[in-house]
Amino acid sequence: MIVQLSHPQRQVEIKGPKRTKELLRELNLVIEAHLVIRGDDLVTEDEMLADADQIEIRPVISGGSLG
Amino acid sequence: MNCTKCPTSTKAVISLPRHNAAFCKDCFTTFVHEQVARAIKSFKMFTPADRILVAVSGGKDSLALWHILLNLGYRADALYVNLGIGSYSEESHRKVQHYAETVAAAHSATLLVHVVEQEAGAGIRELANILHRPTCSTCGTIKRYQFNRAAVEQNYDVMATGHNLDDEAARLLGNVLHWQEEYLDKQSPTLPASVEGFAKKVKPLCRLSEREIAAYAVVNRIDYIVEECPMAKGSKMLLYKEVLNRLETESPGTKQRFYWGFLDKQNKPDAPTESMAEKDQRTLAPCLSCGQPTTADTCSYCKMMAKAKSVPAR
Repeated sequence: MIVQLSHPQRQVEIKGPKRTKELLRELNLVIEAHLVIRGDDLVTEDEMLADADQIEIRPVISGGSLG
Repeated sequence: MNCTKCPTSTKAVISLPRHNAAFCKDCFTTFVHEQVARAIKSFKMFTPADRILVAVSGGKDSLALWHILLNLGYRADALYVNLGIGSYSEESHRKVQHYAETVAAAHSATLLVHVVEQEAGAGIRELANILHRPTCSTCGTIKRYQFNRAAVEQNYDVMATGHNLDDEAARLLGNVLHWQEEYLDKQSPTLPASVEGFAKKVKPLCRLSEREIAAYAVVNRIDYIVEECPMAKGSKMLLYKEVLNRLETESPGTKQRFYWGFLDKQNKPDAPTESMAEKDQRTLAPCLSCGQPTTADTCSYCKMMAKAKSVPAR
């Protein structure tokens, strides 16, 4: 499956089928800091992702002033 | 995974371990609205009669906040401050403008815009260089000033920001690590208009995590800027959030207990302070078996040894 990542923008190809949480673990990403989107829809950690799926892993953390 | 709330058990789009729940799109939207409504009520933020000014940046938190308040029926306009950070500011400005025209206008809500370069003669990066100050702190000062000024001059009753549970927990961690006690009072979700010239400030998203707000934006098709501000790279705030998220993954609810626990303690009336010696003298007595101080009749050590001796040796 093609996986779109941000910060920086890049694409990686990962062999499926694979559960969402396994995909995140393989990419060394923390669930609490990311959303996994298939097409236009959010998917949960137990969802099985297929080779043909278009996946976006979107970071949710924003930084800035502690002020 | 199915929705734990709706009777038909629709497929869930998000699981929330800290609430021991999973929600479908509709139930998740309802959950977010309820969390915001609870924050507004419990921290006495505003009423439907009030005029609210939302500080928007084009990011998920502020646009989601504007969206939620409009959907809950509040009278909420917004102010966007264009910081002049090249293509990042252009893109974020476009996102805010697009939301204002396609969604907010239907609720009769207005977008106000302040361009830093027009008033200061330079963008945020140049100003930070001139002043020899970190960009994030210069940005914070300018945004706080402009939002407060707009709220006061244009007679808004309250100014709302998109600070979420992660922001507040990370800020609390930073303040505690450096024992900046003087900043702790400012971590309340409602800050009163304490003196003439200060607007009342509120944080209606304080019960929601950053991930929950991003999920709300995706589920409700809010087009926000995903790209991180280029100036925030390497900020302490990101480091504190990363640490807290690792703890949260291992122990769901950590961020909530940390920040809400702080607020609970802050809201309790000052109890008479008791020294450690006074407390020990009140609660401890000699163990009936060995005589060492204990809160029970028999101390933990004597109980443990008694139990160990009662088990036959192998």
